Amino acid sequence: MLDSSILVLGAGGFHLNIGDMLASLIIFVVLLALLKKFAWGPLMGIMIEREQHIANEIDTAEKNRSEAERLAKEAQEQIKATRQDAQEIIENAKQTAKSQEQSIITAARQEAERIKESARQEIEQEKDKAIQALQDQVASLSVRIASKVIEKELSEKDQEKLINEYIKEVGEER
Amino acid sequence: MEHEAPLYENAFGISWLDFNLSNVFMLLITAIIVFILGVVASRNLQRKPKGLQNFMEWVVDFVKGIIGSNMDWKTGKQFLPLGLTLLTFIFVANILGVITMVSVNHDLWWKSPTSDPGITLSLAAMVIILTNYYGVKMNGVKEYGKGFFKPLPFLFPFKIIEEFANTLTLGLRLFGNIYAGEILLGLLAGMITSGVGGAIGGFLPMMAWQGFSLFIGAIQAFIFTMLTMVYMAHKLSHDH
Repeated sequence: MLDSSILVLGAGGFHLNIGDMLASLIIFVVLLALLKKFAWGPLMGIMIEREQHIANEIDTAEKNRSEAERLAKEAQEQIKATRQDAQEIIENAKQTAKSQEQSIITAARQEAERIKESARQEIEQEKDKAIQALQDQVASLSVRIASKVIEKELSEKDQEKLINEYIKEVGEER
Repeated sequence: MEHEAPLYENAFGISWLDFNLSNVFMLLITAIIVFILGVVASRNLQRKPKGLQNFMEWVVDFVKGIIGSNMDWKTGKQFLPLGLTLLTFIFVANILGVITMVSVNHDLWWKSPTSDPGITLSLAAMVIILTNYYGVKMNGVKEYGKGFFKPLPFLFPFKIIEEFANTLTLGLRLFGNIYAGEILLGLLAGMITSGVGGAIGGFLPMMAWQGFSLFIGAIQAFIFTMLTMVYMAHKLSHDH
């Protein structure tokens, strides 16, 4: 009923062959199935996988960036804190040095004062001793001078008189 | 163009089952080439593509673009293998006849399978049937049936005609373009083989027409795929 040479197009004459139609459909469908399994499927799979990979990478990069930013901020803060600490330490050291200097000076001054005092005392003592010695010598000297003076001044008469007096005194006592 | 087709009539003793063996042969060759191309391209898949994989991914993206311009990607995703296979299969089929034409004993064996109206029409019919199938599958029988009475009920006969007209135009457009190209190529080839003068005179037009045929083959493959997706979107949309 379906004559294969119904459709005649142009001079060449085309036969609408049912067999060709069936063949083309079958071949196309088989090709479609095979390609879907062996070519398009894997190809689309890798494309989707790449998309996901890129999305993941973008996420990771974003995460890393924020992490790095956070760390940088932290480091900045730490540097600031360290700088402050250093400043404080220097300040403290300066203060300590100043107070130590003050105390050393005070101690030195006191020591000097003490040494001066002891020196003065020693001088005083020496002076006293010297005076004492001088006084002793003056006494003996004066006695010696006096005896010399007395020796010279005492005449024979006086001497006799003195002797007599002493004798008399002694006699009377007996 | 005195070539005859290598007919094989009444196959398997069935009176209406005739084969044009060259068509079957060329269809098989096309399918094998496309399959090898696809398998080679996707054989060593890498995340960082190079060479043929890169090209095939470009093709995939191209078909994605075709589908995406007609429907949203969520519904269009399932038609990607169909679109890809249509595009590559028809393109390779078109190109085969441009490369060369071989006839043995006045039987034309090597030609574009798409220069046969039966094949293009069956492909077109398959596409139209698929659009109707997906129309029923995605929208339900009721919604699908209503589609024939929109926007106005009296347009129903035209809607029915439209389906057949679509099939005819889709198939015959492809056939006509490729067949015309082959006829001219055949004429030029005959001119070149006719003598020295013909060879000199026919050389440049032959080259130009071959280049143009390549272009036509690519364009027609694109148009076929594009229209497939247009018809598909038309059937799938709810508001038409």
